[in-house]
Amino acid sequence: MNSLTSIASNRLIEQGRKAAVMLKITELSKLILLPFIGIAIFLVMWTVTANSIETSLGKFPGPVAVVEQFENLYSEHVAEREKAQAFYQRQDERNAARTANDPNYVAKIRGYTGKETFWDQIITSLITVMSGFLLAAIIAIPLGIWMGLSRSLQAAINPIIQIFKPVSPLAWLPLVTMVVSAVYVSPDPIVSKSFINSMLTVTLCSVWPMIINTAIGVSSIDSDLINVSKVLRLSAITHVQKIVLPASIPMIFTGMRLSLGVAWMVLIAAEMLAQNPGLGKFVWDEFQNGSSDSLARIMAAVVVIGFIGFLLDRGILALQHWVSWDK
Amino acid sequence: MSSFLEISGVDMVFPTPKGSFTALKDVNLKINKGEFISLIGHSGCGKSTVLNIVAGLYQASSGGVILKSAEVKEPGPERAVVFQNHSLLPWLSAYQNVELAVKQVFSGKMNKTEMKQWIEHNLQLVHMDHAMHKRPGEISGGMKQRVGIARALAMQPEVLLMDEPFGALDALTRAHMQDSLMEIQSQLNNTVIMITHDVDEAVLLSDKIVMMTNGPEATVGDILQVGLERPRNRLALAQDAEYNRLRSEVLKFLYEKQRKVESLTQNKQASKMQDMSQQESNEAVKFSNS
Repeated sequence: MNSLTSIASNRLIEQGRKAAVMLKITELSKLILLPFIGIAIFLVMWTVTANSIETSLGKFPGPVAVVEQFENLYSEHVAEREKAQAFYQRQDERNAARTANDPNYVAKIRGYTGKETFWDQIITSLITVMSGFLLAAIIAIPLGIWMGLSRSLQAAINPIIQIFKPVSPLAWLPLVTMVVSAVYVSPDPIVSKSFINSMLTVTLCSVWPMIINTAIGVSSIDSDLINVSKVLRLSAITHVQKIVLPASIPMIFTGMRLSLGVAWMVLIAAEMLAQNPGLGKFVWDEFQNGSSDSLARIMAAVVVIGFIGFLLDRGILALQHWVSWDK
Repeated sequence: MSSFLEISGVDMVFPTPKGSFTALKDVNLKINKGEFISLIGHSGCGKSTVLNIVAGLYQASSGGVILKSAEVKEPGPERAVVFQNHSLLPWLSAYQNVELAVKQVFSGKMNKTEMKQWIEHNLQLVHMDHAMHKRPGEISGGMKQRVGIARALAMQPEVLLMDEPFGALDALTRAHMQDSLMEIQSQLNNTVIMITHDVDEAVLLSDKIVMMTNGPEATVGDILQVGLERPRNRLALAQDAEYNRLRSEVLKFLYEKQRKVESLTQNKQASKMQDMSQQESNEAVKFSNS
């Protein structure tokens, strides 16, 4: 009898193990296999479709052409850096020689003015989008909190927000450009006008979702918590700091994620239209260039733009995870 | 001699889209220091409104509340509130929740170590010292309510206001919490106003049971003195004749007499509600007879 039950129980355990293994396999396949299959199918469809599209600049680039261009873009970047280094080396040598001849000579140091590479454009775009986004956050979060706390302010400002929220960056850009060139006059500017143009356009477009979400987050705080604050007679500052901010953090971050997504899309458009340095300008320049590689290079930029957008969103999510109590 | 806490001639009228709604009409109540008062009545009779007016969260339409010969005009920590659903800040630990209150009330009067001791003392009082660094999300409903009580006690209030503090708890936890509250009360002898639906809870805990009539225009219907000796033991009391008499007094009030004597015909809405409450009471009588 005993041996029989032990066999039965062994069988049960065996079955359990098998089930557990199966579960693991399905989980793994969901996590890795299915996305992998999805991407593979996409690549095949891309290749097939690309092959059948003829443009004036040759065939539409398939995945292989794009990967090739990634390699080219990288080697161009390396070559440009080497050139820059060589330039600085020559300049240093020249200056050293002249100071040796004439101790009173004040060495002139000039920056290298070579072409911006793809990687430089990525960095420029990232700096611009982050500056514009931070400026928007600095305006939007305090304003949103204030609006959430005061129903009258909310009623006063809400129509303005609703009207400006759907405005395309392309409509703002000419205005921003004109105002910046009129107002931002300095013989020795710290940052270039084009940077200010892109940054302000990004700010103007990304400020609205953050204001709205922050205001909603603040105005929907549990009334019991507000009563606790009243009973404790918390000062306005303590009230915001101890109750309002922690309670509305999830909504504030939702607004920030929406805004950063908008900011990144707006930036590319602004750079294209206004010839401001960055990824958008890269795309536009390649389009104007019209070489047989242009489309593949633009497609490479598209992939990079998408990937950076994804990483920015993940970055905010990670920040939220780090800041928020609600894990 | 004026009493410790006096609610006099309080009316409460809420504006609604269909016209004004009189929730409370001429509520009068005198409470002595150290008394434990229960407010009992059917739902919607305005018990919470009374409590919120004493807390200062609502302003009475006419009449007012006087605490220690000063009029209550706004909320304050000397009238600490224990809310029905604990309302602890979910991002703070139990300790930090109490700390927020203690810092607010005793800053400048206590140094850091004194504050820490006072916070821990209050958490010990409600038997929560073992979990004081846990967040509200990590502890049970009863434990949250204990922390809520600790927070209120830590403010050293003149009056402790409790809005159905155990209403959301299961029966066993509730009994446990009632025993805890009696134990704390025997040490601190606070002045307490507690709202409850629970007849047994009212008789067990209170010195006076204030029974409220049905709304609209609710008011104090009757006040029952509970002279049972303390400490009270729920098991022993179950056999006690006086306890059972008090209990049936409250039940009688709630299910037979709770209808107001004067007729209310001026306000259509009011009379409608009156009809409804009459129906309810008839059903209740049927129920208690069967």
